[in-house]
Amino acid sequence: MSNALTPQPVLLGKSGLVFLAVVLGAAVLVPALNLLTSPDSALHVPTYVVSLLGKYLTYALLALSVDLIWGYVGILSLGHGAFFALGGYAMGMYLMRQIGPRGVYGDPVLPDFMVFLNWKELPWFWHGFDMFPFAALMVLLAPGILALVFGWFAFRSRVTGVYLSIITQAMTFALLLAFFRNDMGFGGNNGLTDFKDILGFNIQADGTRLVLFVLSALALALGYVLCRFLVRSHFGKVLIAIRDAETRVRFTGYRAENYKVVAFVVSAMLAGIAGALYVPQVGIINPGEFSPANSIEIIVWVAVGGRGTLVGAALGAVLVNYAKTYFTSGLLAPYWLFMLGGLFVAVTLFLPKGIVGTFYDWRRARAPAPEDLAPDDLAPPDKLPEPKPAE
Amino acid sequence: MISRGLPSRLGCVLLLALGLIAGALLLPRAAVAQGAAPDISTPLAQLTTDKYDDTEAALGALALSGSPAAAGIVAALADGRLMYSPATRQVLIKTPQGGLVDAATGQPVAEAPPGAKAVRVNNRIRRAIEAASGTLALVNPDPAKRLEAASAVMRARDEAALPALDAALAKEADAKVKSALTLARASILIGKAGVPDADRIAAIATVGEQGNQDALAVLRSVPADASPAVKAAAQDAIAGIERSLAIWSVGQNIWYGVSLGSVLLLAAIGLAITFGVMGVINMAHGEMVMLGAYVTFVVQELIRTYNPALFDLSLLIAIPVAFLFTGLIGVLIERTVIRFLYGRALETLLATWGISLILQQAIRTAFGPTNREVGAPGWMSGAFELGQLSITYGRLWIIVFAMFVFVALLATLRLTRIGLEMRAVTQNRRMAASMGIRTNWVDAMTFGLGSGIAGIAGVALSQIDNVSPNLGQSYIIDSFLVVVFGGVGNLWGTLVGAMSLGIANKMLEPYAGAVLGKIALLVIVILFIQKRPRGLFALKGRAIES
Repeated sequence: MSNALTPQPVLLGKSGLVFLAVVLGAAVLVPALNLLTSPDSALHVPTYVVSLLGKYLTYALLALSVDLIWGYVGILSLGHGAFFALGGYAMGMYLMRQIGPRGVYGDPVLPDFMVFLNWKELPWFWHGFDMFPFAALMVLLAPGILALVFGWFAFRSRVTGVYLSIITQAMTFALLLAFFRNDMGFGGNNGLTDFKDILGFNIQADGTRLVLFVLSALALALGYVLCRFLVRSHFGKVLIAIRDAETRVRFTGYRAENYKVVAFVVSAMLAGIAGALYVPQVGIINPGEFSPANSIEIIVWVAVGGRGTLVGAALGAVLVNYAKTYFTSGLLAPYWLFMLGGLFVAVTLFLPKGIVGTFYDWRRARAPAPEDLAPDDLAPPDKLPEPKPAE
Repeated sequence: MISRGLPSRLGCVLLLALGLIAGALLLPRAAVAQGAAPDISTPLAQLTTDKYDDTEAALGALALSGSPAAAGIVAALADGRLMYSPATRQVLIKTPQGGLVDAATGQPVAEAPPGAKAVRVNNRIRRAIEAASGTLALVNPDPAKRLEAASAVMRARDEAALPALDAALAKEADAKVKSALTLARASILIGKAGVPDADRIAAIATVGEQGNQDALAVLRSVPADASPAVKAAAQDAIAGIERSLAIWSVGQNIWYGVSLGSVLLLAAIGLAITFGVMGVINMAHGEMVMLGAYVTFVVQELIRTYNPALFDLSLLIAIPVAFLFTGLIGVLIERTVIRFLYGRALETLLATWGISLILQQAIRTAFGPTNREVGAPGWMSGAFELGQLSITYGRLWIIVFAMFVFVALLATLRLTRIGLEMRAVTQNRRMAASMGIRTNWVDAMTFGLGSGIAGIAGVALSQIDNVSPNLGQSYIIDSFLVVVFGGVGNLWGTLVGAMSLGIANKMLEPYAGAVLGKIALLVIVILFIQKRPRGLFALKGRAIES
């Protein structure tokens, strides 16, 4: 990886610029097509499609956060859905408090499910969520602190590879069980829903939905720039070195665990933001988001798009979810799981670098001059050394 | 062979235990003291006077008479089949078939004497009949009935039953029934007014030895006006019983834990091969379990259709079928997908997850999304009591089966040629290959073995869980935790891991509830892995990164 070690002046490569152009272009174009064309026009984008696209964008941000740690640090988290869901719950709690006396039971403070459970006062952890800045802070802190504690324990004890994957899965499974409990105070298996408004705007209104879409696009763009900045920096070089040979990095005097914890926390916070943007657009958050299957699906998005390419992760998330929406609504619905399963197998067997990674390879083969490729050569090597089972 | 020796020894012990229980129920029949038939002419005469007072007195006398005919007479009276003839002073029993029998002699009577009428019954007599049949049950020739009657008396604690108890005690030969009668007598004495303190304390001691919930209820009924010595004795006995009950409940929890542990062991042991030995993160492992359960379903359906007589053997037939079927699927998966992914552990995770989705959907398409009914053969149902433990045969057999599978697998790895080759390939693939071992073939066989064992786990789990396409998903996380907790690549670790997780889960449950207990356990395992990142029984090696 001699290229990777030479200083790279370019923050965003060619594909990064294309990516930003597409995302920001969509942020302008989609609302424009929604507002400026008449509903009969072929170019019109109905509001429900805007929300759907907004949902894909939050998934893309989530995939980006997974790619940051999986593609660049080699941490395969099978519990990243937990951070996404925690961010979503923080936002959901704010939205619940905004309902105020308009709930079914009309209690000015308590959300409906608490009245239903015959609770008399707000649990301590619900205080403060009526203020948006506090809720926004919690969107970052709740996943961030969990990731900090979890990562600090796990990385310090050098839990790596498969073991780490399995305990992250256990973590999200434990949270799934916990959030299913009514006593936890998060609405049990119904979760949080029936939201009315956000920052004073009606959450169902078309305008609000457009704004949420634009915010999602901006968050994705900023998240991409942040990740790109991180992996291009000296910090990112150390992360990549940890991915490829953790022991050597440690022997060279780096505290590998600290680097991993920081990357893990940043990734968790990005996932939390994605969750917070997801909830108002979808209108519900429930414990199902914690299910281990969801977290594995995120990994698939990244694998399909191309691990360790950032752009690929986002692309994979949008493509797989578009396919999911398309196929699960039509006649082919019973076969969707066959297709998804087949996709997993096919991608791991035939496209181990994902769509974008394979595209880079193809372009590199076509244009052998190394200068042209400099910005994008961070695609992972053919075979990442994985921890082998004890021999 | 260890594989066959241990389980068959277990089986022998079980059979022996069953035999003993059956024997205990059957043998004492011969020992019931019959003696010469006592004279029941007086109560019979009283039955012919057509007076309620006399009838009641006759019932009391009959109950205590010890005559073998008494039970028949009381039952006939209860059913309104008891006749008497005022003229001949004869008492007759109308048999349910319509014939007539002389109550005194037991001889059939051809024709009813003129003027024969039914013995009249009112509410008072009905109560007396009830009391009499309760008392008569105490001398029923069937010891099981006597035992039942004795415990009924103990629960009712009716002072009026005391004479009957004394009479029954005097004649009782069966030790078990005798102790039950003594207990019932003691229970009545504790509550009875005017019993000397010494007798009462002796009674409390008798009841205290029993040590179950019934005894606790009896001891709590010591009257408030009892002397301080009696009360103190009762308190001591109560405390003693509560202590022993607490110990039994710990025992019961451990039993549940072992039972859960063997379920976990069954689910995880195949994974210990594919994941622990081969290093393949097989997310489709749960689906192999699910396939095994569906194989059981299909086998049972076929048996129901073609040869219902074999139903009790259906599980035994399903075991090899499931092993071969899921083993073949496993070999197929290994040959078509996994062999291209060796060395890329995390990517096998994705591919096998994909396979698991496909298998789930395939089963859903073929069998529908709802639960399928898998029946339990006769020998799997029912329960027995061991002290204060209630042990169901279903759980017992699953534990036995899990142990059998474990030992068989251990023996396969230790003692057979293929096991030797598997271990060789695991330890050093290239060295094994240069020794002439066909590593590809061994890989396929190992994966097939792991999958096949998952399949037979499915046969067992079909007995305790819903057979639905989602069956496997509920076990996959637990299975991975067991393997990781026990230490990858070590079957003993899997055994210890499964048992400790199972028992810990059941011990936490009473305090934290099922869900919180499970959460606590997950957190404990996560923390444990921080402490020992390679599990309980880590393989020792010199590699810095292994």
